[in-house]
Amino acid sequence: MIEQPLLIAEGLSKNYGARIGCRDVSLEVYPGEVLAVVGESGSGKSTLLGLLSTELEASAGRVSYRLRDGRLADLASLGAAEKRLLMRTDWGFVRQNPADGLRMAVSAGGNVGERLMAVGWRHYGHIRDEAIDWLGRVEIAADRVDDDPRAFSGGMRQRLQIARNLVTRPRLVFMDEPTGGLDVSVQARLLDLIRQLVAELGLAVIIVTHDLAVARLLSHRMVVMRHGRVIETGITDQVLDDPREPYTQLLVSSVLAA
Amino acid sequence: MNAHATGAMPEITYNFAYLDEQTKRMIRRAILKAIAVPGYQVPFAAREMPMPYGWGTGGVQVTAAVLGPDDVLKVIDQGADDTTNAVAIRGFFEKTARVATTTSAREATVIQTRHRIPETPLTENQILVYQVPIPEPLRFLEPRETETRQLHALAEYGLMHVKLYEDIARHGHIATTYAYPVEVAGRYVMDPSPIPKFDNPKLDDCPALQLFGAGREKRIYAIPPFTRVRSLDFEDHPFRVQRFAQPCALCAATGVYLDEVILDDKGGRMFVCSDTDYCNERQEAGHRGEMAGEAGRASPSPQPSPLRGEGADGALNLSPTGKGRPEGPGEGTWGVPTTPSSAGDPGSARAAPSGMTK
Repeated sequence: MIEQPLLIAEGLSKNYGARIGCRDVSLEVYPGEVLAVVGESGSGKSTLLGLLSTELEASAGRVSYRLRDGRLADLASLGAAEKRLLMRTDWGFVRQNPADGLRMAVSAGGNVGERLMAVGWRHYGHIRDEAIDWLGRVEIAADRVDDDPRAFSGGMRQRLQIARNLVTRPRLVFMDEPTGGLDVSVQARLLDLIRQLVAELGLAVIIVTHDLAVARLLSHRMVVMRHGRVIETGITDQVLDDPREPYTQLLVSSVLAA
Repeated sequence: MNAHATGAMPEITYNFAYLDEQTKRMIRRAILKAIAVPGYQVPFAAREMPMPYGWGTGGVQVTAAVLGPDDVLKVIDQGADDTTNAVAIRGFFEKTARVATTTSAREATVIQTRHRIPETPLTENQILVYQVPIPEPLRFLEPRETETRQLHALAEYGLMHVKLYEDIARHGHIATTYAYPVEVAGRYVMDPSPIPKFDNPKLDDCPALQLFGAGREKRIYAIPPFTRVRSLDFEDHPFRVQRFAQPCALCAATGVYLDEVILDDKGGRMFVCSDTDYCNERQEAGHRGEMAGEAGRASPSPQPSPLRGEGADGALNLSPTGKGRPEGPGEGTWGVPTTPSSAGDPGSARAAPSGMTK
């Protein structure tokens, strides 16, 4: 059986007035696949992620998503309630700045439990057990469950954000520079953790990064963007080892060898 | 407002109940909408009232809109008829509407209240008007108004449970003791105004019409008579009201909400009904609490002890070791019963000062 794509984008464009955010982007994401979107700052990566996750409204084009019942739905046609349900159950969004994705005044357990309560969990003990279980999976000690994220280090906050998103077992997770602003050793551990969780849960991930090493480590396929357009797509190793476009060659050659 | 200062000047005449007729119509339309959609916060064009925000401007406007010439008005503030807020608002309507006023919860047809529901059961012929400081139950979790409206519209109330979760995580039980969120008619989650959660069960299936007015926030909401009102909780941490270890010291009532009154600086204290009308009624009927003799007053407002600040031995003595204090930290039993606004609740996410109705 040939697997059907989970998410399909067709001809996505976004203009900010006269400026172009993103132009005529088409891509497909399959279940269990990690797709990296790379490019330099201002190339339209984050705009594309916003469009795919329906946080931004597209100027043209459309995004379709295969719901759990197998139906392929145009996201623009979903009602607000349906869309929000999708976002808090079937999707996750890991942001670059954990403060944007977490409730900083709410304990770690409350942060992880929020999605569970939103889908109707009403048993404190069960919610807490599930939260502790998830904190363990992202390597946060169980005795930190009642601390709020302000008491956490940058790496811990990012891991907490991941736990908060994965607790409802989403099928698709958007990540916007999840390792940005972390030092290299913390970054390495986080990447390891993400890779492990992705494999374990069979997640599909769309990850935006400017760091080609992150893309190399995590992604199966990648998309290279420049000036709002996709200029090259392909299997990650193929694109990185044998880049076709001059711009991609430049990107790859500008990576500092450690 | 010196009553004697009118000698040289023509007496000011007010439209009935202060507000002009168009304004009252506007408010009535908001009230009708609020009744039609129980628990939904209806925006309305709140007017400036001749009192500061936080003193019941919302409640006063709702009262003004529902008051008729034959109505009998009662105003209570934290259960008492004789506190500044209650006296001032009662005086306001005596002057501007010339309606009859009373302190009796039985005789009143309209009761404006701040932070309590009378102990005397209400009837179908009564309207209870609440003064509301912050109408949005989700406010301290979600500061954006656009977002909270969306959450209400989609009935996404997971966030409200996050607050209760935090309470249990921090205190071992749901430590929210006032302004305890309720679900009205199976749909909207509503802030019942800062009434103690002790009063929450009285909201449910109440024969009287309950109206809520928030002046600064410009919102009106309502619970129609005989509406199902459920306090939010967890399956393993069900909603419970405060319990008091002893009866009222003046009227020996049990199963009522008690205020703690500190008598001296040596730990002396008494617990008396917060509802003064109810307490007086019982005392007139011959009920006597254990301190009724010593206090020797019909009104539960004991004189402070002559010893203040320092104990008789000259040492500072502030240790709270009164014998009447409710015991047991268990869920539902209140460690220290305070009236909702007097201390601010350490376990509550609600930041007391600026938003509190006085």
